[in-house]
Amino acid sequence: MEVVGEEDGDTEGKRKNGRSKKDEKKEDKEKVEKKQNKKNVETSSEHESSEEEEDEEEKEGEEKPDVLSPEELEKLKEEVDERKKLISTLRGKPWPMRKKLLTLRESHEFVEKYEGALGKGKSRKLTKWMKFQRDFENFKTACVPWEMKIKEIESHFGSSVASYFIFLRWMYGINMILFGLTFGLVMVPEALMGRPYGSMPRKTVPRADEANAMDFAVLWDFGGYAQYSVLFYGYYNSQRAIGWLKFRMPLSYFLVGVGTVAYSYMVVIRTMARNANEDGGGDNNSFNFSWKMFTSWDYLIGNPETADNKFASITTSFKEAILEEQESRKDDNIHLTRFLRVLANFLVLCCLAGSGYLIYFVVRRSQKFALEGLESHSWWERNEVNMVMSLLGMFCPMLFDVISALENYHPRIALQWQLGRIFALFLGNLYTFIIALMDEINLKREEEEVLKLNMTIWEASLYNGTLGANSTAPPITVHPADIPRGPCWETMVGQEFVRLIVSDTMTTYITLLIGDFLRAVLVRFLNYCWCWDLEAGFPSYSEFDVSGNVLGLIFNQGMIWMGAFYAPCLPALNVLRLHVSMYLQCWAVMCCNVPQERVFKASGSNNFYMAMLLVILFLSTLPAIYTIVTIPPSFDCGPFSGKSRMFDVIQETLESDFPAWFGKVFSYASNPGLVLPFLLLMVLAIYYLQSTSKSYKQANLELKKKLQTVSHTVIMSSYLSSPPGGEHRAHQGKSDHQIPPSATSPPAPRGHRMPGPLPGNQRQPAPSVQRVPNSQRH
Amino acid sequence: MGTTASQLRKDLLSEYQELTFLTKQEIILAHKRFSELLSKEDRNLPTPRVPMEKVLSLPELKSNPFRKRICHVFSTSDMKDGSLTFEDFLDLLSAFSDSATLEIKSHYAFRIFDFDDDGTLDGGDLEKLVNCLTGETDDTRLTTEEMRQLISNILEESDIDKDGTVNLSEFQHVISRSPDFVSSFKIVL
Repeated sequence: MEVVGEEDGDTEGKRKNGRSKKDEKKEDKEKVEKKQNKKNVETSSEHESSEEEEDEEEKEGEEKPDVLSPEELEKLKEEVDERKKLISTLRGKPWPMRKKLLTLRESHEFVEKYEGALGKGKSRKLTKWMKFQRDFENFKTACVPWEMKIKEIESHFGSSVASYFIFLRWMYGINMILFGLTFGLVMVPEALMGRPYGSMPRKTVPRADEANAMDFAVLWDFGGYAQYSVLFYGYYNSQRAIGWLKFRMPLSYFLVGVGTVAYSYMVVIRTMARNANEDGGGDNNSFNFSWKMFTSWDYLIGNPETADNKFASITTSFKEAILEEQESRKDDNIHLTRFLRVLANFLVLCCLAGSGYLIYFVVRRSQKFALEGLESHSWWERNEVNMVMSLLGMFCPMLFDVISALENYHPRIALQWQLGRIFALFLGNLYTFIIALMDEINLKREEEEVLKLNMTIWEASLYNGTLGANSTAPPITVHPADIPRGPCWETMVGQEFVRLIVSDTMTTYITLLIGDFLRAVLVRFLNYCWCWDLEAGFPSYSEFDVSGNVLGLIFNQGMIWMGAFYAPCLPALNVLRLHVSMYLQCWAVMCCNVPQERVFKASGSNNFYMAMLLVILFLSTLPAIYTIVTIPPSFDCGPFSGKSRMFDVIQETLESDFPAWFGKVFSYASNPGLVLPFLLLMVLAIYYLQSTSKSYKQANLELKKKLQTVSHTVIMSSYLSSPPGGEHRAHQGKSDHQIPPSATSPPAPRGHRMPGPLPGNQRQPAPSVQRVPNSQRH
Repeated sequence: MGTTASQLRKDLLSEYQELTFLTKQEIILAHKRFSELLSKEDRNLPTPRVPMEKVLSLPELKSNPFRKRICHVFSTSDMKDGSLTFEDFLDLLSAFSDSATLEIKSHYAFRIFDFDDDGTLDGGDLEKLVNCLTGETDDTRLTTEEMRQLISNILEESDIDKDGTVNLSEFQHVISRSPDFVSSFKIVL
């Protein structure tokens, strides 16, 4: 009976060719049914109502996964899982495409066939999810902007110049997020739901300035209508909840400020961690020669001229490296070199001190001008501070370059010194600027005190003569523009930063146009009528200064972080600036620059610039945090007016918006008795992780040594124990890299399987290679 | 170019997506560029092959000193002439793409540098490698003494088991420590 049933199954399979899979399943089920003796009746009636029966049987098979014995089920499951893993790792296998395709199709068939026995529904959902993930990845890659531009630059200039543009694009992404936060959560709510322009003294241009509030010059300086708008701190009202949404404006302002800093930290540290992982830290070996050999060619280069340059630079670097290796230390003139280096550092320090003093002097002078009234001075005097800072930033690095000629360092070390000095210059300038700003803040606060006194006098003068001091009277409506208002130091700080960034941007663009574009035009066209070859000789075309530009970008970002709390418009401004910079610099680099002749990277790892960014982030958020924590906010402008400290808004929210127990929990959590042990615990954790990583490095080195000694032993033993004809054998043993089981077998570096002949290489290693002389070397 | 006969089938496209590190747009672009390299008659063949000279005319490969080795490594032709089918071309782009893993890149780099295809990088391979890198003209080449010094330095650094050659795992070990290998071993159409 059963035999008949099977035959029927076969004939049916032949009739319905497309259902071979189901037939196999049916056969399986039928074999199983033999054990149970349940379906004998059905097998005889199969050829009558085959379709429904097949479906029924299938369903029954699916409903009874325990029909197969448990071990078989387990094995099947394991195999299916293995196949699935194979499918997902196929793209990482170095096989030719044909083989991968065949394996993929085979594995897919296998998985689909047996998935049914284990439950089909999950696999369908999984593949749909994987498909969605893949489409999403494709979409994300398509969304990345400026890809073609960067690719063009890569092919002309190589990866180091392109790395600047990739960094620029990454900064653009961060600034977009910051812009989204400040725009969406701070500027838009105030603009839509806050009180409109002109309804309060802080939101109105004072009567005295109204006449020229719309002038371009005033607007460019961020005064006038620009000052009394959502762009700056002073416009915001301190009302606790605004609009029908009861949007907590002051709280939102504070949290956005904190959030931008926190987000920036998170993103920078995450990128650093990712780069550090790729670095593959472990032993501190630097394989200088091997890297020069294997990794120096830039496969992105598609331009013959760049390729020639690259050849030349590779040759030079080989020759230099060989020379360095051979050269013994020259002892003569070491005193002279040392003296010159000390002299150079002294000169640099003088420069730095000089520039710091200059900035301080200029800022004090501008305060004096402000007191005397800005209109009586020329444009230069009004914008002195910003111009001086930008010019210093432009000329001092060139000065440092000249001074470093005294020092006679290796180019890579000279580059590191140069970067360090520029870093110190920018930092010093920024902090001098901030100190000068602090003086101004203090001045403004003193003014405020005086004004508070005067306010009462002014109010009394309103009721001049009409009423006594104690009687209540209908309030006289005064237009907000006429009410005297306090100096708003926060808006002043915001304005200063915005002006600084605008002037810095202008300086960069103008330097670019003059220094690169004009120079290129001159060299190109004057070359026809000049005595010497301008292109090869003195001015020639400029090279793209990667490190200088990256530093400039980092410092600009630092200024954004510093000022974003007081001028919510700064991230928006920066987004605009980066956008324009990308296009302008891409154009300039393709049009006016030539590929660098010698490429010296500042450091081996990608984390050098990230580390600088992190330091700048820390140093630039420090002043903002200091002002938030120590200085009381202005009494009549901004979202924190009336409070004694800006962070009181948190306390207020906790008390009024959250249930009572929340406040209690928070106060317990911020108790020093709890915070200090927590900090101690974290310090201990860091120490523990540090020592673990040290021990791993140690273990790594030990394993390496073991590997060397074992291989050595193998060579020696196989050479000694073999007769002359056994060279072949010794060679074979080694080329297959099979360490004899008697020797301790250390794990291969990074867990690679020991390779025999490479896949795709059909030939055995040629036996004619000389082995004996090599073994004799040891 | 654009006729239905030379379009990629959808199921093949999704399989290629699964088997390479390329995105859908990149595969379609690769197909377009590959079809441009084919001569008119070849276009209607089921698996057309592009001869090596045509492949080497691609701007991305034209200036590359290893272009011939790249073609040989990725070619599945029986005649070892370096010609590529579309699938070989995809393999090439996948290994050189941005999202390819370090393992795959280092594996193929090893094969490219292995000039005599014997599975190890010995002195001869390294010498040919240096000559490729230093260009064709005489004044950029290294002297024999410098060459000898360079090769012995390299072997000292990378040859862990001191057998006089660099095998795949030693090569991968050296490469994995290099910070700019992954970013420079890239070709993008």
